[in-house]
Amino acid sequence: MTVVFQQLVNIIQLGSIYALLAIGFSLVYGISGLVNFAHGAIVMFGAYTIFFVSTMMYKITNATFVVFVVSLLVAAILSALVFVLIEKLAYKPLRNAPKVSVVVTSVGVGLILEYTMLNLFGAAAKRMPALFVNTNYDILGVKTTSVKLIVIAVSIITMIVLNLFIKKTKMGVALRAVSQDPVAANYMGISTDTITSVSFAIGAIIATIGAALYASTYPMIDPYIGDYINWCSFIAAVLGGVGSIAGAMLGGYLLGAINIIAPLALPVSSYKDIVAFGILIIALLIKPTGLLGKKINQKV
Amino acid sequence: MKKNKILLEILFFVIGLGICITLQATGIISSAKLLIVEYIGIYIIAVMGINIINGYLGIFAMSHAGIMAVGSYMAGLAGIYFFSSQSTFPLAILAGGLAATVIGMLIALSSFKVSGDYLAIITLGFTLIIKNIFQNWQFVGGANGLKPIPHNTTLVWVFIFVAFTFICMKRFVNSKYGRVLKAMRADSVASELMSVNLKKVKLVAFAFSSFFIGIAGGLLAHLLSYTNANSFGYSMIVDGMIMVYLGGIGSLTGSIVGATIWQILVNALRSIGTYRWILGGIILILVMIFMPKGLFGDKELTWESIKEFFARLKAGKKKKTAIDAPHEEDE
Repeated sequence: MTVVFQQLVNIIQLGSIYALLAIGFSLVYGISGLVNFAHGAIVMFGAYTIFFVSTMMYKITNATFVVFVVSLLVAAILSALVFVLIEKLAYKPLRNAPKVSVVVTSVGVGLILEYTMLNLFGAAAKRMPALFVNTNYDILGVKTTSVKLIVIAVSIITMIVLNLFIKKTKMGVALRAVSQDPVAANYMGISTDTITSVSFAIGAIIATIGAALYASTYPMIDPYIGDYINWCSFIAAVLGGVGSIAGAMLGGYLLGAINIIAPLALPVSSYKDIVAFGILIIALLIKPTGLLGKKINQKV
Repeated sequence: MKKNKILLEILFFVIGLGICITLQATGIISSAKLLIVEYIGIYIIAVMGINIINGYLGIFAMSHAGIMAVGSYMAGLAGIYFFSSQSTFPLAILAGGLAATVIGMLIALSSFKVSGDYLAIITLGFTLIIKNIFQNWQFVGGANGLKPIPHNTTLVWVFIFVAFTFICMKRFVNSKYGRVLKAMRADSVASELMSVNLKKVKLVAFAFSSFFIGIAGGLLAHLLSYTNANSFGYSMIVDGMIMVYLGGIGSLTGSIVGATIWQILVNALRSIGTYRWILGGIILILVMIFMPKGLFGDKELTWESIKEFFARLKAGKKKKTAIDAPHEEDE
């Protein structure tokens, strides 16, 4: 029984990270309909900023909490600015272009970000300094660490705050309106341009929080981590139903569960991708619009 | 007129073949440059194949890396065990193409029910599953990849395959199926009402496209003498997409230009290091902003279009000097 709980903690931890990454992806998708291939690159950018700020901070102070909060703040603001700038420069001219051109543009943005970081800081992996105090706990036989618990707590708090923001604030209502029908929202006096920029900024902030949690779980970061994160967030978001925040959360936790359970259940752990994607394909064949996605009625 | 055209095509083929043979035999250009030309040829084949699904059919698919891997491994195995000599080498490539066709049809089955970004994920899943299988399958070398595959791909063979692919593609695109593909991209419901069998067309398009992507994979394996599943991952998916959309969705000549530009950028500009990827990204964004449909859009570069272009150029010059009122109305 303890084994089950042990793995449950692992699933929730990994799932929380995937969920955050997927939410950032899904938010942008919901507003602008963009399959954002630069999402992983933004996460990578956030991770690098956190790395540099926290290494600098540790020279001044030893308080882990202060370092975490300050580096996260700096990284979140910086990546939000960069992402909004990218949106203005690269995506905005394509507002009326075919969807695919915007996707290809995001591929280009991802390439530029990835290789700029590579040229600035080298291809060698960097070790992220510990962002949280690590102590081991033993709760009724279930071994866990404070890092795992903090990761879970931070991500759940982020999701609750985001949910409140979207449900209760004026800006959140505007976000939902644009995601539902941009043209009608525009008629109601909502500036679609502003809202799109806001969605990119929020997406980047959530991606940065995801990056912090990802890097505290897998401390080695290099310029290429974005590629893997891209697939993860893309898959989690689509599995849940693209554009739906709740769907992205569900998809993230499911992906975490698959990633933890598949190697345990299989005789050869290196086959886990086959099982994970096999399940994904079957799930989509049964429910072609994702688990929580709405059925689209095609107009003729 | 039509006879003239065919003669012209044969003339081009012979001239191209002659150039390739001289390049290969005399060693005018270094072997490194020869390799780049061979890469360009191979990717032209692959990109034309990808263009059938992503361009003409308008499905945002990411399965090409997986399909290419299948073609590459199958052609490699056939080359090692059955057709190892230079003369039987096309049969090995053909085997790769056929194996890829089977996988492509399997992927097409999932496109019957799922569409849009969900289909994109399914095709991505296929690629990653195929990659994972090859990485773990000890018979084909596992994580070390398959080697040694006989090195039989030469520039002449690449040229012959490119010409073969181009002719097949041109016939296909102008055939009944090609027109139906365009109709489906424009409006799948309307074309279904026009009694188009959507499933059959998708199956044919995927099979046809996969065959050529598989051939490109096979040629690549026989060029490098090895193949490794790792090379058919993220970068191959992204590269394939870039080349198709850069050249123009729904344009064969666009595919040729897209593949050529990108391969030159990736291979010939090694001197500027990884900065070439940044340059590539910038080019990509600029092309997409100013020409959202790619360099060629859905137009083909033909003799007629070149003539028309020059005619318009002349007309434009005339307009500047002496204003021609009826001409302006035409424009």
